[in-house]
Amino acid sequence: MEMYVLLGFVLLLSIFLGLELISKVPSTLHTPLMSGANAISGIALVGALMLSSAGQMQDILAFGAILFASINVFGGYLVTNRMLSMFKKK
Amino acid sequence: MENLANIQVIQNMVYIISSVMFILGIKMLGKEATAVKGNYLSALAMFCAVAITCLSLEIDVKIILAGVLLGGLIGSLIAIKVKMTAIPEMVALFNGFGGLATFLIAWSQFNEPDNSLFQHALVMLTIYIGGITFSGSLIAYGKLSEKLKLGKGSMITNIFISLFYLSMPALIYVVAEPSLSGFIPQVPSYFSVFLVLTLMAGIGFVMPIGGGDMPVVISLLNSLSGIAAAFAGLLLLNNVLIVAGSLVGASGLILTIIMAKAMNRTITNILFVGYASSGQAASSEEQGEVKPITSDDAYLILENASSVLVVPGYGMAVAQAQHVVREMGELLEENGTEVKYGIHPVAGRMPGHMNVLLAEANVSYDLLAEPDDVNPSMDTIDVAIVIGANDVVNPSATEEEGSPIYGMPIIEVHNAKTVFVLKRSMSSGFAGVQNPLFFKENTRMLFGDAKESIGQIVAEFKD
Repeated sequence: MEMYVLLGFVLLLSIFLGLELISKVPSTLHTPLMSGANAISGIALVGALMLSSAGQMQDILAFGAILFASINVFGGYLVTNRMLSMFKKK
Repeated sequence: MENLANIQVIQNMVYIISSVMFILGIKMLGKEATAVKGNYLSALAMFCAVAITCLSLEIDVKIILAGVLLGGLIGSLIAIKVKMTAIPEMVALFNGFGGLATFLIAWSQFNEPDNSLFQHALVMLTIYIGGITFSGSLIAYGKLSEKLKLGKGSMITNIFISLFYLSMPALIYVVAEPSLSGFIPQVPSYFSVFLVLTLMAGIGFVMPIGGGDMPVVISLLNSLSGIAAAFAGLLLLNNVLIVAGSLVGASGLILTIIMAKAMNRTITNILFVGYASSGQAASSEEQGEVKPITSDDAYLILENASSVLVVPGYGMAVAQAQHVVREMGELLEENGTEVKYGIHPVAGRMPGHMNVLLAEANVSYDLLAEPDDVNPSMDTIDVAIVIGANDVVNPSATEEEGSPIYGMPIIEVHNAKTVFVLKRSMSSGFAGVQNPLFFKENTRMLFGDAKESIGQIVAEFKD
């Protein structure tokens, strides 16, 4: 239980940190920020890799989680990069 | 055994380094000069976190390789092929996949033997948030790509909305009941019903929200996918999941708040009430005569203008007119006219939608201005060209108390010397509010497809 209290603390601090970090974003970057954050939420891939393997059902669930998290990660980063490369100042 | 403990220490240290890189990455992503680097840094953080996790695997490597390679291929193909006009629905789709991944992770954890009551509660919460993110994002995808046309008020929508409201007490029940009774129910159907109900609830959550409110929904779903990942981190006792997930949750929340502010509405009003019942619609039929204009006349006026403000909206995205708009802007500049673009934060279907489209068309981003920058000097603008925008330039928001959109910050184009409104027909905007701008003395309506109309003006300039 002590572990959960500690991790809960990390969770709250990170949220506050996030709110502080991104409070002023120029509207030009709203979409790239959203899409970049979206790619980061693909961190679920790490969680998917930690799953256990006990029986067919668990394997199927793990495969699904890895597959969809990977789509999120690769797609998210690539499209953010593509978008950012278009923003130019002449 | 000592070896395993060592691996865990190394993993945790790399997770901390990754977390720091994610934090710096997202910070850099919020500034124009460093955004590209920020994205690389966060990708590097992702790579490190994933690579170090592979030191201790329980799942068959073949399954992992198959999943990562296939997922990477699909994701990359979508990202490379997608048209910039289709970005909103694609972000929604990727977001949904992230939610689905956490949903499946929590499901897998449910199947583990010996879950404590606290873990059980976490599993249920993660399933709920992940599931709603998944099915809600799919509905958002359907709506944005216009494949799904069910709106508010239809029978099916109402059924799903009811399921959404039903899902909340159900969640409280599955979380609280085992803690009170002291044991986890071992009935399989209990869990299956909850899984299905969660997915239905996500549909009911997003289905009634539409059109102009989409920027808020997309940012909120984005935030939820992060929170789901953070909860999965609590479940798996993994710190990088918690930090990265919380960062996404926070950034999505900030965007949600910015969007809601730009509409002068509360988030609950957008999600649960909608425009129709937000205040009594003032029935002041401020009708008058509409003054249509042809492209030829528009060209003659533009040729003599010394300053022009372009105000794009969702209609520009629909007509795919961003390239001709840029061309017209360049021709005007060659002609000695000062050209600016006034971008309203909620124009379009996602945060920053217009900025992305204009960037795609090669418009320099220092020409893009926010409402606060252009409104004070609006009376010095010779011509304001409104392209497929409606509610964000509706003067009712400032003049007509009692209008559903009263109080919403707008781009005050009606103060410009002349206003051109490019529009397909006289239909009202998403809010369903009549726009008095169309009947103003200084407004000229240029009916037709925006791309064609501007194309004709461009052709005239070239002659």
